[in-house]
Amino acid sequence: MSVQEDVRPEVDAATVTRAEVCIAACADAWRGDGEILASPMLTVPTIAARTARATFEPDLLLSDGESKLIAGTWAIGETPPADAVEGYVPFRRIFDLLWSGKRHVMMSPSQIDRFGNANISALGDFARPTRQLLGVRGAPGNTVNHPTSYWVPRHSTRVFVERVDMVAGVGYDRARAVGGDVERDLDIRRVVTNLAVLDFGGPDHCARLVSVHPGVTVDEVVATTGFALDIPVEVPVSRLPTGEELRVIREVVDPRGLREKEVRA
Amino acid sequence: MTDKRMTEDEVVAELRPGMTIGIGGWGSRRKPMSLVRAILRSDLRDLTIVSYGGPDVGLLLAAGKVKHLVYGFVSLDSIPLEPHFRAARESGAVTVSEWDEGMLQWGLYAAASRLSFLPLRSGLGSDVPAVNPDLKLVTSPYADGTEYLAVPALNLDAALVHLNRADAAGNAQYLGPDGYFDDLFCGAAERAYVSCERIVPTTELTAAGPVQSLLVRRSDVRGVVEAPNGAHFTTCEPDYGRDEAFQREYAQAAADPEAWAAFTARFLSGDEAAYQAAVAQFATQSLEAVR
Repeated sequence: MSVQEDVRPEVDAATVTRAEVCIAACADAWRGDGEILASPMLTVPTIAARTARATFEPDLLLSDGESKLIAGTWAIGETPPADAVEGYVPFRRIFDLLWSGKRHVMMSPSQIDRFGNANISALGDFARPTRQLLGVRGAPGNTVNHPTSYWVPRHSTRVFVERVDMVAGVGYDRARAVGGDVERDLDIRRVVTNLAVLDFGGPDHCARLVSVHPGVTVDEVVATTGFALDIPVEVPVSRLPTGEELRVIREVVDPRGLREKEVRA
Repeated sequence: MTDKRMTEDEVVAELRPGMTIGIGGWGSRRKPMSLVRAILRSDLRDLTIVSYGGPDVGLLLAAGKVKHLVYGFVSLDSIPLEPHFRAARESGAVTVSEWDEGMLQWGLYAAASRLSFLPLRSGLGSDVPAVNPDLKLVTSPYADGTEYLAVPALNLDAALVHLNRADAAGNAQYLGPDGYFDDLFCGAAERAYVSCERIVPTTELTAAGPVQSLLVRRSDVRGVVEAPNGAHFTTCEPDYGRDEAFQREYAQAAADPEAWAAFTARFLSGDEAAYQAAVAQFATQSLEAVR
């Protein structure tokens, strides 16, 4: 047996941008998911899902955001090749699929609390909001039916709040109160922000700091989070993308550099 | 087969104030906009609107036609939030039932199946039940004893949908990427009205697309309206895509009362023919501006 040579291109850490670190952290949300539909919203998660499939998670399903499942890897903002269609998922079948549990969505909350309750609906009093947002959309159903992760392009005390104004995405304390299937299936995998990665592995499933991105301090994360985070004694630094991931991100999925518009370090 | 051809104004003449009306399509996609514009010209008011909302909802709100709104979202797709919807919510001008997107499908399906409710997991644990106190829970009568949300049937007085093709009897066909929930809206309604790009002989329907594209059955349809460009400015693929330039104009105007008055005067003060003529003139102007 011969020792295989590692042919991955080496990574020059100095050239890796914050957005690329965020993409690797988002991609890791789908690690180990196998043959399920990965549903990213926004730019960074979309690049991340395609990169994950092109590298370490080849069995993921991806849609064109309209009604087709697409095989292969294509650039963000581009129409996928017509011969890459592998399935039909109009909105009605997206509901079927999400109710079956075989999906993992990455949404972007306007507010999220320490147990993962997330608001995309409205700010202020619901009856007459100070600011109407998107509405609950699919968040209530997504969160209680299949794994959910969140992407926050700008980590701040406005987003990470003690109490969200309207629970659209269900958090762990709410799920425990409901019990049954909801408590069993609630699975908020991670929250990736422009500064750090969080999960809900703290006491009673409260938010825990998993890693800080290179160049970010724990204090910075604490100062921009509006609730008490569970912080381990040793907080690791978020990993850099591998050479192969960087090649896919830069040359295949996002050659125009849209990722840099969504993330300001 | 009964010939069910009608005009937009004849459809609206069959509607009454206070009715619950479902509107097909999704966001700013394949909306029965010429029928919505006919409602704007009418004296209908106090409507309850059920929709995966887009500019259909926005225009009806702006014209003060809506008393209550049932929705999973109201979006222009390429512009995430409908501006008139935002304004109506923030001024408290309308009462709402904000539901999870899947709940809306389930409510329509219950109504179309003549059930009073359907059980669903979605919504449990969220604030959807808290802000919709009329929603109730139901416990499985089987050994599992699971508690579900009992999504009430969305019984509609009328449904309005826009498809690509139909015959004069109301067999209607979509040729684009998604049928959305148009068949369920029709099934959930006492009276369903289909507008379409072109009314064709029945024999031409299966020539245009596979049999699966025949989404709506004539037995669910009361009236058929031929409305070329009737979904404007929403998508109606493959006949046409969204008129993004016009949608931008709409959204910008909606943000300012004076601009909205001017928009209304220019595009929405006449009949459908006047609207289409004003849209054609807008397109020509945009082209000239590019040159």
